[in-house]
Amino acid sequence: MSPGFKHLLLMTPAGLYCPVGDFYVDPWRSVKRAIITHAHSDHARSGSAKYLAVHPSKALLQLRLGLDIDLQTLQYGESLAIGEAVVTFFPAGHILGAAQVRIEYRGQSALITGDYKLQQDATCASWEPVACDLMVTESTFGLPVFHWPSTAQVMAEIIQWWQENQRAGRTSVVFAYSVGKAQRILMELCHSETATGPSSLPAAFGLPGPIWLHGAMLGPMRAYRDSGVKLPDFESVSVAPSGTDFSNALIVAPPSAQQSAWMNRFKDVSMASASGWMAIRGTRRRRNLDRGFVLSDHVDWKDLNCAVDLCNPEELWVTHGFSDVFARYQLEKGRKALPLKTEFQGEVDSEEVQV
Amino acid sequence: MRAFAELYQSLDATTKTSAKLEALVAYLSSSSDADRAWAIYFLLGNKLKPSVPTKALRKAAIEAAQIPEWLFEETYQWVGDLAETIANIVPKAQRLEHGSLSEWIEQYCRPLSKLELSEQIALLNQCWGRLDAQQRFVFNKLLTGNLRVGVNARLVTKAISEWSGIDVDVIAHRLTGEWRPTFEALNQLLEQGSETASPSQPYPFCLAHSLPANFYESLDSMNFRAEWKWDGIRAQLIRRNGLIFLWSRGEELLVGRFPEIESAATALDDGVVLDGEVLAWRDHAPLPFSELQRRIQRKNVSKKLMHEVPVRFVAFDLLEHETVDIRPLPFEQRRMRLEHLLTTCYPDANQSPPTISVNHLLPAATWSELAARREEARSVRAEGLMIKRKDSRYETGRVTGAWWKWKLDPFTVDAVLIYAQRGHGRRAALYTDYTFAVWSEGSLVPFAKAYSGLTDEEIRVVDRWIRANTLQKFGPVHEVKPHWVMEIAFENVQLSTRHKSGVAVRFPRIVRIREDKKIEDADRLQSILELVAARQG
Repeated sequence: MSPGFKHLLLMTPAGLYCPVGDFYVDPWRSVKRAIITHAHSDHARSGSAKYLAVHPSKALLQLRLGLDIDLQTLQYGESLAIGEAVVTFFPAGHILGAAQVRIEYRGQSALITGDYKLQQDATCASWEPVACDLMVTESTFGLPVFHWPSTAQVMAEIIQWWQENQRAGRTSVVFAYSVGKAQRILMELCHSETATGPSSLPAAFGLPGPIWLHGAMLGPMRAYRDSGVKLPDFESVSVAPSGTDFSNALIVAPPSAQQSAWMNRFKDVSMASASGWMAIRGTRRRRNLDRGFVLSDHVDWKDLNCAVDLCNPEELWVTHGFSDVFARYQLEKGRKALPLKTEFQGEVDSEEVQV
Repeated sequence: MRAFAELYQSLDATTKTSAKLEALVAYLSSSSDADRAWAIYFLLGNKLKPSVPTKALRKAAIEAAQIPEWLFEETYQWVGDLAETIANIVPKAQRLEHGSLSEWIEQYCRPLSKLELSEQIALLNQCWGRLDAQQRFVFNKLLTGNLRVGVNARLVTKAISEWSGIDVDVIAHRLTGEWRPTFEALNQLLEQGSETASPSQPYPFCLAHSLPANFYESLDSMNFRAEWKWDGIRAQLIRRNGLIFLWSRGEELLVGRFPEIESAATALDDGVVLDGEVLAWRDHAPLPFSELQRRIQRKNVSKKLMHEVPVRFVAFDLLEHETVDIRPLPFEQRRMRLEHLLTTCYPDANQSPPTISVNHLLPAATWSELAARREEARSVRAEGLMIKRKDSRYETGRVTGAWWKWKLDPFTVDAVLIYAQRGHGRRAALYTDYTFAVWSEGSLVPFAKAYSGLTDEEIRVVDRWIRANTLQKFGPVHEVKPHWVMEIAFENVQLSTRHKSGVAVRFPRIVRIREDKKIEDADRLQSILELVAARQG
């Protein structure tokens, strides 16, 4: 870490710390004051005395950390002085309420991206580039083999797979993280701002068939709707009348459901996952999936480089994932860059934690 | 190319045999003869020869992706598959080209291997620019000769039979041996009638299942015969039209490798096919497999090597006799004919050591007698017993109930994990290739590499631990803190000058994690050396 930013930001055993503001960003231990970039479990941990986050993440954070947390919220673009630091949130485009955190102190600024993507996502505000002196970026998919296809192409693949399964009399089960990915898929499928009402009825939105959810999805779905995201009220598989034929349905479930007895209710089934990791054959085969859809809420290689160029920091810290590789690459391109050691199990399967 | 890449994807996407069969039949039905011939060639596991060196592919990919070499290597290490790394790392195709599989092979794949490095790089970049990622992946696999499709010969045979309407056994027989991706080969394959044209054509091998523990108690020993199971090269020896052919089980023609067997085979009657095992053999016992390996590696064998490692063909079945396919006859009748044939063809067998001999049946009537014989296997340097049902026909492939292999229990030791490397294929990106060490004079010496045996869950746990406990890296190899003790099984052990520990083990694999043991409790090299001594004594 460069001494140039020591008042602004430090890496400590509890996580990223701002000395002049006396707060942490996404700490992995209990602290006095935590700023949270988004509501995934590896970023939003319980036990801190006070929390600060962006307003659209409120419902999801309360779902994750409890209604009784001491949570203060700001709008995107709104600034707050904490100690000698000034904190502002900017959209990260990762999931609903995902924010980049800018910290300013005496004319210097640091930007902590949290997780982010540049692709459009109708369930959340789009990423914005933020000029800064120090940028702390994630690098979950920071290898040049990761190139995301367009969302439209992936959605077309999902619908085609669903229809093929229907013809074969097979239930389609797609595994997607229950906070973010699932809502993004459902929103894309319905791509309608007016769609409401009971949806387990076939073809309610010109779709090939009914959509049902795993029970674990209901909480996050409600939080999304409470936050103003116009998602239809899909029902849980468990309330389906006994004898319901799921063979023409699309079921959305968290990845953890794959190994559970919950799956037994579907007789002939095709299992798919929607994740950036599906770009790699080995990760798909290891999970015994029939199909993998390359749909990620993180930046791919090109967008990662693009984001760094747009924010154009004097110094870059790389965390979450292929930190060593991406930092070295940026360093060779002439930018001061270094990898951060974190307690996260980056590299492989980190998305998996976010159930 | 697109259709073949899609076939690959369908086969890769499912573990269900019925879905694979469906995809194969659909491909055969909709493709041209030229494509069919090539597709069958690859589906049977054949490779393009010569292949394009991976160096050319790497260089071309680095150039196309405009990234530093180290970044390419880091990425490849993580992905674990060169063809896939390249398919995803090079820029998206500018303009897709819709050539067929055979056109791509004739126009690009085959010419590529003959070019200079700089020309290869240029042409590779052109090719990648015309294929999407999925096609690029298959194309790269074809070039490097690493296309593993995940279907066995039996399924391919079934698909061809279903598509063509020709009996599956006829197809199986016609496919056995070398398959050339030509119209002639395809026409011969699809000819009506059940004759096979080529005198070199072997029969599909009959394969054995392992005898499940205590399963034999449910079988009547009187219905079975037993013989030693040897650790050599399973092979078919063909004598037809005055010619001699020796085929390995991998359906590779072994011509010229074992001249003494070919020369001895001239004494066989014409119209004969023997099934047996090629073994390195001296005096009354086989030599270790590592000795035989010295012979396998040589296409032209020297007099000296032939003298150092004499080989013999130990026959255990007769598939063709007097030009007639006798596979439908019961095992016992085939055996009687085999013994009679070899006695008449080699009348002096008792005086001079025969190069072609019969694998004798073991006189044992009950399972307990057989179990006792099995225990003696190591002393005659056999792997265990083969148990064959007396009335069984010679089956095609692995059919349950006819032949059983009853191998000796493997040796096991407790060893310490000291190095780890990323795996390949399904396990790419996870640390699954382990090197194990045992104690010698107070330090851990590596003695075996093992890949398989852990569950996916265990692999994940160990993988995480390895990431957090790496002491240092040597390229892709991570040296880890000695911590995990695992039980390693292996079939055989030999002294070796090539290994640091001085021993080489055969087929090492992980049996289980010994959570109950500390690293101090792992085995000593001395105890492995004692196993060697006991084995040789």
